[in-house]
Amino acid sequence: MTAIEEQGTSLWRDAWIKLCKNYLALLGLAIILLLCLVSLLTPWIAPYGYEEQNLLLGATPPSAAHWLGTDIFGRDMLTRIMYGGRVSLTVGFIATAVALVIGVLWGAIAGFVGGRVDAVMMRIVDIMYALPFMIFIVLLMVVFGRNILLLFLAIGAVEWLTMARIVRGQVMNLRKQEFVEAAYSLGLSQWTIIRRHIIPNTLGPVIVYTTLTIPSVMLLEAFLSFLGLGIQPPQSSWGLLINYGVETMEEYPWLLIFPGVTLSLTLFALNFLGDGLRDALDPRTSKDQ
Amino acid sequence: MLRFAFYRLLQAIPVLLIVISLTFFLVHSAPGGPFSADKAVPPEVIKALEAQYNLDQPLWQQYVSYLGDIVQGDFGPSFKYPGRNVSELIAAGLPATAELAFYAMLVALVIGVSAGVAAAMRPNTAQDYIPMSAAMIGICMPSFLLGPLLVLIFGIHLEWLPVSGWGDMPGDKILPAITLGTGYAAYIARLSRGGMLEVLSQDYIRTARAKGLSEPLVIAKHALRGGLIPVVAFLGPAFAGLLGGSFVVETIFQIPGLGRFYVQAAFNRDYTMILGTTVFFATLIIVFNLLSDMLAIWLNPKLRQQAQGKS
Amino acid sequence: MNNRARQQLILPLLLLIPTLLLSACGSSESNVDSGNRTGTLHWGNGAEPQSLDPHISVGVPGNTIVSALMEGLILKDSKTLAPKPGVAESWTISDDGRVYTFNLRKNARWSNGDPHNANDYVWSWWRALQPALGNLYAYMYFSIENAQEYYEGTVTDFDQVGVKALDDYTLQVTLTNPTPYFLQLLDHSSLYSVHRGTVEKFGAADERGTRWTYEGNNVSNGAFKLADWKINRRITVERNQYYWNSDQVQLNKIVFYPTENVVSEERMFRAGQLHRTNLVPADKIPVYLEANDSSLHIAPYLGTYFYRINTRVPHLQDKTVRRALAMTIDRETISKSILKAGQIPAYAMTPPGTMGYYPESDLRFDPEAARQLLADAGYPNGEGFPTTEILYNTSDDHRKIAIAIQQMWNKHLNIDIKLLNQEWKVYLDMASAGNYQISRAGWIGDYVDPNSFLDMFLCNGGNNRTGWCNPEYDRLISEVAPTVKSHAERLAVFGQAEQILMDELPVIPIYIYTSVNLVNKSVNNYADNILNQPSFTEMSLQPEQSKIDGGEQ
Repeated sequence: MTAIEEQGTSLWRDAWIKLCKNYLALLGLAIILLLCLVSLLTPWIAPYGYEEQNLLLGATPPSAAHWLGTDIFGRDMLTRIMYGGRVSLTVGFIATAVALVIGVLWGAIAGFVGGRVDAVMMRIVDIMYALPFMIFIVLLMVVFGRNILLLFLAIGAVEWLTMARIVRGQVMNLRKQEFVEAAYSLGLSQWTIIRRHIIPNTLGPVIVYTTLTIPSVMLLEAFLSFLGLGIQPPQSSWGLLINYGVETMEEYPWLLIFPGVTLSLTLFALNFLGDGLRDALDPRTSKDQ
Repeated sequence: MLRFAFYRLLQAIPVLLIVISLTFFLVHSAPGGPFSADKAVPPEVIKALEAQYNLDQPLWQQYVSYLGDIVQGDFGPSFKYPGRNVSELIAAGLPATAELAFYAMLVALVIGVSAGVAAAMRPNTAQDYIPMSAAMIGICMPSFLLGPLLVLIFGIHLEWLPVSGWGDMPGDKILPAITLGTGYAAYIARLSRGGMLEVLSQDYIRTARAKGLSEPLVIAKHALRGGLIPVVAFLGPAFAGLLGGSFVVETIFQIPGLGRFYVQAAFNRDYTMILGTTVFFATLIIVFNLLSDMLAIWLNPKLRQQAQGKS
Repeated sequence: MNNRARQQLILPLLLLIPTLLLSACGSSESNVDSGNRTGTLHWGNGAEPQSLDPHISVGVPGNTIVSALMEGLILKDSKTLAPKPGVAESWTISDDGRVYTFNLRKNARWSNGDPHNANDYVWSWWRALQPALGNLYAYMYFSIENAQEYYEGTVTDFDQVGVKALDDYTLQVTLTNPTPYFLQLLDHSSLYSVHRGTVEKFGAADERGTRWTYEGNNVSNGAFKLADWKINRRITVERNQYYWNSDQVQLNKIVFYPTENVVSEERMFRAGQLHRTNLVPADKIPVYLEANDSSLHIAPYLGTYFYRINTRVPHLQDKTVRRALAMTIDRETISKSILKAGQIPAYAMTPPGTMGYYPESDLRFDPEAARQLLADAGYPNGEGFPTTEILYNTSDDHRKIAIAIQQMWNKHLNIDIKLLNQEWKVYLDMASAGNYQISRAGWIGDYVDPNSFLDMFLCNGGNNRTGWCNPEYDRLISEVAPTVKSHAERLAVFGQAEQILMDELPVIPIYIYTSVNLVNKSVNNYADNILNQPSFTEMSLQPEQSKIDGGEQ
């Protein structure tokens, strides 16, 4: 019993040591921490107010006064991107976490237990897939009013489905592998098998999919806010800024480029971190080294 | 395998029933009716219209008669477009959407799998980083951005391809297919890279390599089958996403597809049309998830044995 | 075995890609070039029409196509909108202004060759007044004697309604009151006639969803007839050789596209896929203006953009508060910086110049005075003023205007404003139920007359929605105006009523619309008018000019 626990902790310590050797992953981690820090401090360090307009100024390219230019209302883009980051990062992380928890649990249970439980659980996923998302949103909007919690809920409700399917596929696959069967025949308890074999082996695809989910969540948030669910102007988010930037990308390209670059930077950072984590947590690579 | 498919299709019946019921009560409780308009609609008109579409009956009665109609394959008339019925509208929109989804899936699979496999063969080299960075850009490039961008470059500036339409001008299907497929190509690239990496570190691959098989042969004969399981599991949801997500692409390129009908119907509160398209989409999604599961079984020898053992 | 199976799958898939790409090669002629050659006009129409039945069709997209297919008794001059002969070649008006006698053309025909006569009108108007049909524009008939009573069921005999065919080619219409804009109404699709034989062939006369309007079935009396209807893709009409004035029609075909996406539409225009766009994105307008591009058409449009104020909300009951709000909207800046299409700042509901009517208003942009007013109302420096919500439906322009106004009110009056974006049907529900504080609104005149703008604020007006009610205003609009003798007197009555409206301000006018379209230079005789109503019978295409322009680009 104690031996297992020791091994359990050393898995994480091992992973941390390996992660520290992966410079790209560390860079990703640093960028994400930096972005979070900036978002936290935005109200104190932003150069302007996010709703501060100068209609006569209008959209201007980057200048000394406005490093990233201004939008059509003459609002400072740097400020708006900083404030937008607060919304996007919060939505991105929380909604993904919601989707992750529900999706992984759901998929793992369905895949591991199998049989009738699996069939029922996956049919529920099918039902959720098939429901008209748009109507669902409008209804949520009216019944519950607009608040950001609802946004997490709506996004989480959509995003966990694919996660569940992927985890289930992976778990079903693993359950039939030799080493799991060997573990069974050795008389290890189900919980131990889950902990020692199933979880570490599903972590890879889950982490990959998580790094993919965060950007799509941020973009979904933009779509929902565009429809009226979620944040209301003059607040903004990266997704919304990009959404509006697209429409004027020929006339005012900076309105698209800067939020776009910021979002891309975040995604790359997340991606490097995710890859690093996956490599670090992979039980087989630990055996090799 | 056949019995597996049969059971799954049998399970589809309650799934569809639940989808229909949920959607039915959902749309009917959504605010705003099908006949409200910018200008105030006289009560006489509302009464006449509601009587015509049986909306003056109690809701449960409408529900029962709707279920009855559905069983007979009658999706009812569209509320928004007088004289059109839902089946006719679905038939009008389906070809374009199906074709678009097919081409997009093709783009996604060909680009995604080859990039993912190439990256997994030489992890942490340029052959890995370049396609994977491109995939990352592909993911954070939503279709509402990629579409207009492609149009500006290839349609307006280079004048190589039409900026909109579907089957009206030669080449007008290329940009929509790429726009819709790219995001999925990026997902598939990442999933297949991850899957391949898992498999390539497995013992049986090492055995194959030790036997002196060439790397391409190892990949093709042994690794692909296991490495693509995550991709295959993703195909069902991806297809659902393609159908549902085609709406943005259809709007950008003026494609007369089902996605546009569906979203318009939701905005118009065209109850029968929403229900009809939902049932239709749900059926498609169930079928494609089934196919994707069957493919996963076929690719995974262990599961295949199990499925055969059962049947 | 499995490998082979997989290869068999992959090979055709791989072959498909080059086929796809190859099909792109080979240069193709743009729609505009081929259209100019064949006399086909490619028209961005904004949306899929709900119906092509003139008595059901609601909205500009449907009405535009119907106006190509059909013709009313009267047409309008494409520039001035003055009435001119349509199916009726002449008409007389009785001295009391109540009886109109129309002499119909003997050579007017339906697109299947059937003669078109006065009985068609009597039957069609009867049809249009059947409640079961769900005609949302039935009120366009209500100036006709007993039409409203018949529609509402208090008169059951259609013979009592003021429309009679004196003979095959003479139609007599009797009105309740002299109605100066009656002739204009005859050019509205809801007063067009429909082909009885065709309508009855596909269902009952008052049945809403019949297939008589479909391609192959549709019979019309205008310059064009329906050739092809591909849902959500395009609608094609072609020249109707039975049209009485067919010799003068220059276009052979018109293709209408449901261009919902404004940004895409503009790109289609640039790529030569459209002759004309339905709209132009606001941020593109300066680009065309700077290039001095003559394809940009901007014209005043008979519509007002305004905010409704819910006068049932306690802190908005005081007209002083409403005035303070109205006086802190910088309309000039909104027009110039946000809308960019020369929209005229509105200080009254009725667009100036409507039938020679110029509303007077002392409304102006004056933050200083507004602050004083707000202080007078008990909110010095905005203190204690409750957070107020602006409701608008999802749209780029509405959002931008709301953001600007939110900031103006906040800056000048120091009050807290929240924005509430709702999807269209939810917005409609909330607005008509009075479930809002301040709501965005727009009104496009059905006909060119101040009445079209002012009668909506009657106490029981269905489109009032503000809870505002003023008996004197009601008396002026519904009792005095219809009975006065001269045009000048009538305008004076409207002026009086509008002053009441602008004194109490249940609505805050913001700007007068402009219509903005892109029209290819090869289109001749494209006339701008305040209803943005195209006249397809006059337009023609001139290939040479577009070639020269095309060469320059």
